[in-house]
Amino acid sequence: MLRSRTFQVVVPALLVLILLPLGVNGYILGLLTLAYYYAVFAMSWDLLFGFAGEVNFGPSFLIGIGAYTAALLNHYWSWPIPPCLVAGAFAAVVAGAVLAIPALRLTGPYFGLITLVAVLLLQNVLVLFAGITGGEIGLDLPDVLSIDASTNYYYALAFMTVSGAILYGLAQSPVGLILQASGQDAIEAAALGFNVAKHKLAAFCMSAFFSGLAGAMLIFYLGTASVGTVVDIGVGVNVIIAAVLGGRRTILGAAVGSIFLIGAGEILRPLGQLSTFVVSAIALVVILFFPGGFMGRLLQSGGRE
Amino acid sequence: MLALQILIDGFAISSLYALGAIGFTLIFGVSGVLNLSHGAIMVVAAVIAWWVSGTYGVSPYLGALAGLAASLACSFFTYGVIVRPLQKSPSIPHEEKEIFVLTATLLWGIMLQEAVAYLFTNNPKTVRPLVEGVVRIMGVRTPWNEVLTAAVSLGAIALLYLLVNRTRTGKTLLAAAMNPRGLTLLGFELSSIYILVWAIYGLLAGGAGVLLGAFLGVSSDNAGTLTASAFAIVVLGGLGSVSGSLIAAYVVGYLETLTAYLVNPSIRTVPALLLLIIVVYVRPQGLLGRR
Repeated sequence: MLRSRTFQVVVPALLVLILLPLGVNGYILGLLTLAYYYAVFAMSWDLLFGFAGEVNFGPSFLIGIGAYTAALLNHYWSWPIPPCLVAGAFAAVVAGAVLAIPALRLTGPYFGLITLVAVLLLQNVLVLFAGITGGEIGLDLPDVLSIDASTNYYYALAFMTVSGAILYGLAQSPVGLILQASGQDAIEAAALGFNVAKHKLAAFCMSAFFSGLAGAMLIFYLGTASVGTVVDIGVGVNVIIAAVLGGRRTILGAAVGSIFLIGAGEILRPLGQLSTFVVSAIALVVILFFPGGFMGRLLQSGGRE
Repeated sequence: MLALQILIDGFAISSLYALGAIGFTLIFGVSGVLNLSHGAIMVVAAVIAWWVSGTYGVSPYLGALAGLAASLACSFFTYGVIVRPLQKSPSIPHEEKEIFVLTATLLWGIMLQEAVAYLFTNNPKTVRPLVEGVVRIMGVRTPWNEVLTAAVSLGAIALLYLLVNRTRTGKTLLAAAMNPRGLTLLGFELSSIYILVWAIYGLLAGGAGVLLGAFLGVSSDNAGTLTASAFAIVVLGGLGSVSGSLIAAYVVGYLETLTAYLVNPSIRTVPALLLLIIVVYVRPQGLLGRR
């Protein structure tokens, strides 16, 4: 029931997005392209939070590792883009595993803090070795995905659709159920014979894979890798806001939340400095009054039962 | 000479850190809330103090009072409008309350930060110090303000210690931290205790903000870093342990001062972060935490 309803919503929405380049200008396409990469960040985060029940305060650690691995390989060794993307995703998984294996012994705020500290350290390292990494200014890349706005748009849309389908499928699968059980009551899940740590680690690696890959794709879209766009705490905060706003434990909601967040930021641009204030206020109101988020409400009123 | 300088500067900074972190840990200990708008509330206090004493030319004491009042107002707002409704909300499952409070206070912190940046710009502001002049401590020229910072911080912490351990009200706070349900069964109104805690918190965070503004200067961009450092100190010391936070504040303060003086000011936070990671892996409950 849920599944069919979800498809009824998603398929027409995707069709509209596919036809969009025919009707809107390059600037809006550029914005949406950015939003789609953010959507992948937020969906990977939701897999970890909504299902595995682990609050990752540092999604930008995984994003940044993926992005900078790809950027360094491309800048210094002139690797072509595809192997850079693979290497970036792989590096994010390795970094994620190194971070998660000890950190998963911790729970709640401790896990969150470790992930937060990881971001701060990565940021410090990147700025400290500014000679190699470009520091605050960033590292320019010789290659870009495409210089055409609609090609870039389709790359991002396809990437978001495929990642979203995989993450959503995973979340709906038996593995997703086990993850959800581990997140909500780890002791009972373990008592039922499921290896909680293994499942959470797997979720973390999946999340890291897509975060890293999306981070690497994003910098090849932007043509430069900088701390402000892929590592900064603010990036991670936006990802978290998008996921919670769209509705936790829905995966798809995270994508909707990201597109909303980027769109709202743009519409409110005339407010200047106040736009961040207004976006945060909207997000706060949603959290206070509709804790299920956009998608949570949509799916709940429809066919949960 | 350098050693003495490090000793004195480190002491003042550490005491300030302790004051900032202790309110944070108190809230967590008593009501289980990690308030991520902490840094922003400190910034509000400092900027209001700067604005009142700078624009109206009144005495810096009045400015400091205004800063305290502002942080008190922010603190009550945080509790009354954000934390409490979320905790009472029936549509959020119990195990997810924590993340909702975290996200909501984070958003609220961003709103405060942006409001300050909009109204007063994000330029660094130095609050007019309460006392002027310099004193020589064993040959090291130290501003009186630095001495005052350490003294006020330690004084406030001592008062808090007396309040918690020596008065009846303080004992109810301790009881609320240990077993809130038991306390309600004994006929205490839990919500009035929480209001008291948030009031103490507002004063502590505001005091720390104003002193920080006078000592090092504050910009709205610092809000995130201030929250992170309070969070780090509190976890290092053990969540909810006041004496642990105190020790951790001095460890972090001196570690940062040593790094800044002896290695490189640009990496002053790195050793403390590394220490934090090691401690959390080896001893997740922190230095003095209870589990």
